[in-house]
Amino acid sequence: MSAILFAEQILNGLQLGVMLFLMAAGLTLVFGVMGLINLAHGSLYMIGAFACAGVATATGSFWLGLLSGLAAAAAAGAIVEITVIRRLYRRDHLDQVLATFALILVFSEGTRWIFGSFPLYLNPPELLLGTVVLPGGIEYPKFRLAIIVAGLAVAAGLFWLIGRTTLGIRIRAGECDREMIAALGVNIGILYTLVFALGAGLAGLAGAMVGSIQSVQVGMGEPVLILAFVVIVIGGIGSVEGAFVASILVGLADTLGRFLFPVLFGAFMDASSATSIGSALASMLIYLLMAVVLVFRPRGLFGNVGA
Amino acid sequence: MEPALDCFICRNSTAGQPQSAALAVAAPQGGLSISHNVFPNVRISAMLAVERHFSARLLSQLNGIGDMKKIALVLATITGLAFPAIAAANSLKVGMITTLSGGGASLGIDVRDGFMLAVMQANDPGIEVVVDDDQRKPDIAVQIADKMIQSDKVDVLTGIIWSNLALAVVPSAVQQGKFYLSPNAGPSALAGELCHENYFNVAWQNDNLHEAAGAYANSAGYSNSYLVAPNYPAGIDALNGYKRFFEGEIANSHYTKLGQDDYAAELAVIRASGADSVFFFLPGGMGIAFLKQYAQSGIDIPLLGPAFSFDQGILQAVGDAALGVINTSQWSKDLDNEANAAFVEAFQAEYGRLPSLYASQGYDTANLLISAMAKAEVSDADAFRAALREAEFDSVRGSFAFDTNQHPVQDIYVREVVREGEVLTNRIVGLAMEDRSNAYVGDCSM
Repeated sequence: MSAILFAEQILNGLQLGVMLFLMAAGLTLVFGVMGLINLAHGSLYMIGAFACAGVATATGSFWLGLLSGLAAAAAAGAIVEITVIRRLYRRDHLDQVLATFALILVFSEGTRWIFGSFPLYLNPPELLLGTVVLPGGIEYPKFRLAIIVAGLAVAAGLFWLIGRTTLGIRIRAGECDREMIAALGVNIGILYTLVFALGAGLAGLAGAMVGSIQSVQVGMGEPVLILAFVVIVIGGIGSVEGAFVASILVGLADTLGRFLFPVLFGAFMDASSATSIGSALASMLIYLLMAVVLVFRPRGLFGNVGA
Repeated sequence: MEPALDCFICRNSTAGQPQSAALAVAAPQGGLSISHNVFPNVRISAMLAVERHFSARLLSQLNGIGDMKKIALVLATITGLAFPAIAAANSLKVGMITTLSGGGASLGIDVRDGFMLAVMQANDPGIEVVVDDDQRKPDIAVQIADKMIQSDKVDVLTGIIWSNLALAVVPSAVQQGKFYLSPNAGPSALAGELCHENYFNVAWQNDNLHEAAGAYANSAGYSNSYLVAPNYPAGIDALNGYKRFFEGEIANSHYTKLGQDDYAAELAVIRASGADSVFFFLPGGMGIAFLKQYAQSGIDIPLLGPAFSFDQGILQAVGDAALGVINTSQWSKDLDNEANAAFVEAFQAEYGRLPSLYASQGYDTANLLISAMAKAEVSDADAFRAALREAEFDSVRGSFAFDTNQHPVQDIYVREVVREGEVLTNRIVGLAMEDRSNAYVGDCSM
């Protein structure tokens, strides 16, 4: 195992981490501000990917596709908030889970109705195909590097938005006390729609970017949704900082586990059982991580916000 | 109007039968039910499901969500004396359990469409097909099988795509005296110790394509292979199949999580491994993700794999990343025989897309069944079984025969992904194995 390989795996972990952050940020914002568990967040990710693939195929431009993926997911988020989610804020979590689960079915089958059962084609733009050689001789795919850069930029933008703008102040105020900020004259309905659309847009962006290196197909959002839930539980539900730290942690743990465990077990058992035990354990690693974090910090790493 | 129906009526009128005025049409759930009296003593009733594109998708949605609604296709039931030859032919009811919704739906849809194409072409009023969606869930497949056996009274079951579903359904169905013809799933247990006189596999034994990839790797001069497969029974079987024939060294047998979509960690290890070839078995979306990421990673080690990741349904989603990749298959669109040329043309005309491997298997399964029907009645199980064993039908694969455990003996080809105009497809570049049977014949008591 060389240092170059290890550094490449760190980058891979980072890339998975920032991708997870884009998903988890929306999920945790919606939970923190509105107290809503949104299982349909994975569907918004899928909508982003399908809109991107559809527009990119029709126009030939990946960038237009990316933009429309973001826009379509944000628009879908706003529509869903206004028509369905709005009625759920005052209901208990079980009702929310039931209703948003129904939304998953509606979105999945609706997407299949429009686009068919076969996976769609979506490739990164020419500009970002191939690899670059990074300092130290690491050969790394350009597109993955672009995802890391874009993800970090979005994270920085989000922290700026929440920490330094009026909208951010209102979002944080909404997290603390929704009656009080409504009494102060903030239109809480519009604020909620905006927050929901923002989260949906980030999920759509993630879907569009990941769709171009994975497969654009119905049901692609659910596995990511589970990981995103793991992330927000580790990070502390409602905390965007927590979601960021936990995303990177989960990304690195998952990637390095898949890479190191088989090698580790290979040191003291035969190769075939080492690979199967190692890979089985690697797929459990993030859940073990979550369990350990919850033992020591039951509210997650940054979980001081009331949940 | 449904084109298949136009043909049906037009065939009748060209046969010189006067068209009756009585034509009743009803459309329950998108199905079209027609009953028309051609002759006083001939009654043709036909219920045709509208099975094309949009409506087929819509119906599969209904299946996915709803309470297992049924698409029934009863081509025609004829009683009377006008067509003595046909009237004397026996009738048979087929239950097709396949995946029409969820992640693996494209495979089930292809098997169904291939099967239905052969049934439509046979135009035999004695065949009745009941289709239901198993949603890729073993428990649902078992429920459907029970319902088809007990209330629909089917004679033959077919259609299952996934090995775990086949293992849940097949042993009990054949125990109850039903025939099962597999158009896809071929787990080793059903070829070996659980083999049964009523179970026929028309597609393959699961290991076949992997074995052929191993054999091809020898002839291509590879000496050090890196193997990737998901960590589940079919993945482990796949790598064992490859190793059974590959004579070189194995750099690593890498098992990934089933359903994994990101292979960055694996690709970094492959790049550093020093292998001279990479064999991968990652069906469905996993394969699309792997191929795209492999192409973007800049690794230049040649890839090879079984046909599953290169079938017509998903090649377009992979795009140019698949170009030039070698894969092994028992069928290809450009296989040079008359039956295949006719099949490819008819499939395209009927469904507006190129057939896949799975469609060819569905088509062969139906044709095998039809060939047996011509020889024996299904009620005479021994005669019908013997007729199936003879396998006297024009397979789109060319030569086709059953081994003693009732799995195919067939040639397995090496294909390469090429671009034909706008469409990505496969082209045969060689023969990987000739008359390959399977490794489990000895474990079967038949």
